[in-house]
Amino acid sequence: MTNKTLVQISKDLAAGEYSSREITQDIIADIKARDSIYNSFISVSEHLALTQADAADARIAAGSAEILTGVPFAHKDLFCTQGHATTAASKMLENFVPPYESTVGQRLLSAGAVCVGKTNMDEFAMGSSNESSFFGAVKNPWDLNAVPGGSSGGSAAAVAAGLVPAATGTDTGGSIRQPSSFCNLTGIKPTYGRVSRFGIIAYASSLDQAGPMCQTAHDAAIMLNAMAGFDEQDSTSQQRETPDFTAELNLPLNGLKVGLPKEFFGPGLNPQVAECIMAAIKQIEALGAQIIDISLPNLELSIPAYYVIAPSEASSNLSRFDGVRYGYRCDQPTDLMDLYCRTRAEGFGTEVKRRIMVGTYALSEGYYDAYYVKAQRIRRLIKDDFTRALSQVDVIMGPVAPTPAFDLGSNTKDPVAMYLEDIYTLSANMAGIPAMSTPAGFVNGRPVGLHIMGNYFAEAKLLNIAHQYQQVTDWHLQTPTSSGMPVSNTEKGA
Amino acid sequence: MSWEIVIGLEIHVQLATRSKLFSGAKVGFGALPNTQTTLVDLGMPGALPVFNEEALRMAVTFGTAINAEVCKHSVFARKNYFYPDSPKGYQTSQMDHPIVGLGYLDIQIEDGSTKRIGVTRAHLEEDAGKSLHEDYDGMTGIDLNRSSTPLLEIVSEPDMRSAKEAVAYMRKMHAIVTTIGISDGNMAQGSMRCDANVSVRPKGQDKLGTRAELKNINSFKFIERAINVEVQRQIDILEDGGKIAQETRLYDSDKNETRPMRSKEEANDYRYFPCPDLLPIEIDDAYIDAIRQSLPELPDQRSARFVSQLELSEYDARVLSASRALADYFEAVVAVCNDAKLSANWVTSELARYMNQHNVEIEAAPVTAEQLGQLIGRIMDGTINGKAAKTVLDELWNQTGEVDAIIEAKGLTQVSDTGAIAAMVDDVITASPKQVQQYIDAEVDKRGKMLGFFMGQVMKASKGSANPGQVNGLLKDKLDELC
Repeated sequence: MTNKTLVQISKDLAAGEYSSREITQDIIADIKARDSIYNSFISVSEHLALTQADAADARIAAGSAEILTGVPFAHKDLFCTQGHATTAASKMLENFVPPYESTVGQRLLSAGAVCVGKTNMDEFAMGSSNESSFFGAVKNPWDLNAVPGGSSGGSAAAVAAGLVPAATGTDTGGSIRQPSSFCNLTGIKPTYGRVSRFGIIAYASSLDQAGPMCQTAHDAAIMLNAMAGFDEQDSTSQQRETPDFTAELNLPLNGLKVGLPKEFFGPGLNPQVAECIMAAIKQIEALGAQIIDISLPNLELSIPAYYVIAPSEASSNLSRFDGVRYGYRCDQPTDLMDLYCRTRAEGFGTEVKRRIMVGTYALSEGYYDAYYVKAQRIRRLIKDDFTRALSQVDVIMGPVAPTPAFDLGSNTKDPVAMYLEDIYTLSANMAGIPAMSTPAGFVNGRPVGLHIMGNYFAEAKLLNIAHQYQQVTDWHLQTPTSSGMPVSNTEKGA
Repeated sequence: MSWEIVIGLEIHVQLATRSKLFSGAKVGFGALPNTQTTLVDLGMPGALPVFNEEALRMAVTFGTAINAEVCKHSVFARKNYFYPDSPKGYQTSQMDHPIVGLGYLDIQIEDGSTKRIGVTRAHLEEDAGKSLHEDYDGMTGIDLNRSSTPLLEIVSEPDMRSAKEAVAYMRKMHAIVTTIGISDGNMAQGSMRCDANVSVRPKGQDKLGTRAELKNINSFKFIERAINVEVQRQIDILEDGGKIAQETRLYDSDKNETRPMRSKEEANDYRYFPCPDLLPIEIDDAYIDAIRQSLPELPDQRSARFVSQLELSEYDARVLSASRALADYFEAVVAVCNDAKLSANWVTSELARYMNQHNVEIEAAPVTAEQLGQLIGRIMDGTINGKAAKTVLDELWNQTGEVDAIIEAKGLTQVSDTGAIAAMVDDVITASPKQVQQYIDAEVDKRGKMLGFFMGQVMKASKGSANPGQVNGLLKDKLDELC
């Protein structure tokens, strides 16, 4: 089953090549056999998956199947799954079993998709390398010495390793796009408000957005069709019609105006990554697009602004993990203050605590105006930059990350170096616009993603461009196995 | 030294919405713990608030009722603090952009004049749950039924100068919120409670004194007592050369004293910031105007109508319009007996006496407006006299039964038989030669007063059942014949 696309599996199921139960069983067996290499899953939901698969088989037999009916996928372990542990990769929620399903999860279940398990991630989605997980780091299937990116690193590794055809992710500052770039996947962060956040454990509410991570743009469009839509349970979800994201995949790119922001190609960019990106843009140009130089002058400010706004919101969002109602509670608390202090000191990992402290500080009396208010003003400037740019061009392109996947452990000592990884991705979250990554080449065997950003609710346009690019390239078809990967696990310095 | 008292109130009004401020859970008092909750009220991971627009309508109604600026743009903010009955670790409230801005209401002060009290703002916020410290064997139980119940917090200017003014303001506020129907105003169940900011300063000084905040006062009686005892405490300290500490204090009604709350709770930095899960509330003039148009008759308007239409005294009109329930009751009594003045007298004196004695509000009075109206009707048609009516009222309050049946059973029908009354009058005149002589000797214009003695004797003889009008007439006639 390895590396079959979602579209292929859907066709096979419809043709009766195999049943949903059979492929689900195969996939679960494959995860059990091979995932010890990658550590991409936190848990496998075998019983629930088989129940869902049987229901899907019944639908297929009854002729009421949809395109996703019977197709297995995995959820980032930030999506609450009813009756199955949802941990946010934290000790805090190690044993938390939600009695409810996220809206996205419910939509996928209604479409008949089969959730086989929950993927590893940075704890509470805070990280760019998947090394902050309580359940251990994830390895990049393209190079086991490399990180898969983060925070949706488990989802990326699971799809890249061919364990599942698709996975959900969330993107607060690049957490879908950067791991997609590092693992050679097609991943899209939709417009803020396109996908309901209900039932997804919040990191930074004004920036969080869920999206799919797949092998192809076509697969991503199918997943997004199921995931997107207004939800009255999420006040920030947009009350607008959800288009068929597959409908425009085949449109030609003639006359497409592509903006290249000079700030995306500055000195911080790895030259080999730059080469890949420029080559990809040449091909897009060859497909009929017009390339235009633009500027996003406030891009650089997105890092400091993001690292004020996101931790501020997180410091408040994570207050509910207090050991009172659910989740981890310290042993034998002596009083209420001890219960709070030790529960949170023991239950949260280092990076989570760092961000809670940064956010608490930024919101404190006397600092609020200097940090939070100023960061919001910068956010406005960044939004204005995009509005101005996107009045000139249809989409904006550049690299997703300044480097290919970096080595495990190489950035863990220096949080600021890690934060700089997000330079190209943060701004889309700050502005709320849709953005995606599509495979665009390799540097020393490690994948490089092309970043495509568009105007509000222009997901169909982005997917159209990625799909057209994928019609003339085969980067997305490369798999770690087809290219002779995975390389042996040579522990550095061990 | 002479001191001036300065008081500002923060009133919390629980809005009478069916469901909570940010979830579909039912709002209600007295259910089993944690049965009126959703994922949102429990603060479960990934749960998101959804704003109840009924609460918005109520807040805007309030704003229009107190002549306030209703803000077209208002924002929910998170007030962050840890406490077990605060399930999210923050309270969703409004900080920089409240729904209601500057407004005012008028109160009547002791000398009968009107005083305008400024309202600084009113904002929407959610209530917390409850910590239950008893019955859990040294542990604390958490009941989140009240979590996310909608509150309107109404902040006054420091415009009040006595505990009585504070009570008058609170009563007026109570009348307004119950009249416009945004709250049941039930103080015993906490639907309306207040914090009082109290300070004193030497008379004539502009600068405000250091204030103490008295928390969670839940009855009119306690507002007055708590403020008075706090004022005295502050004056005692200042007159002894001490300083007032700015602090939060609790009023202990059993000991009639205020005492500081633990200082730990005050050290909070609430880290307010706009709630990213909720959109700003944007409303337009059309929305506000439609609500303004549909305002019911407000207490001041009703009071004015009682004076102009029903010819009540200013005082009675004000008393009777002090709460919507009382005013409704009064008007229902009038509808039955058709005499506003008698109705006003009976409601504000006789019925009020029972209410005070039994410490019940009009809503809980066992005598219905229909019954009181009938009773007054029986006085008006001469069936009973006023004294007998009081006996009937006592029976209605303390027992069950209907007006006419009680009059019948107790034999209270007044004697209007002229012959029987004439005989009693003759007996009294015969039995009181000394008083009769005094009457005869008195100057004509003094005789009226002297009639009282004979009236009393005849009423006594009739055991109170004689028609006082007839007795009066007959006495006058017969005595004047002797002159």
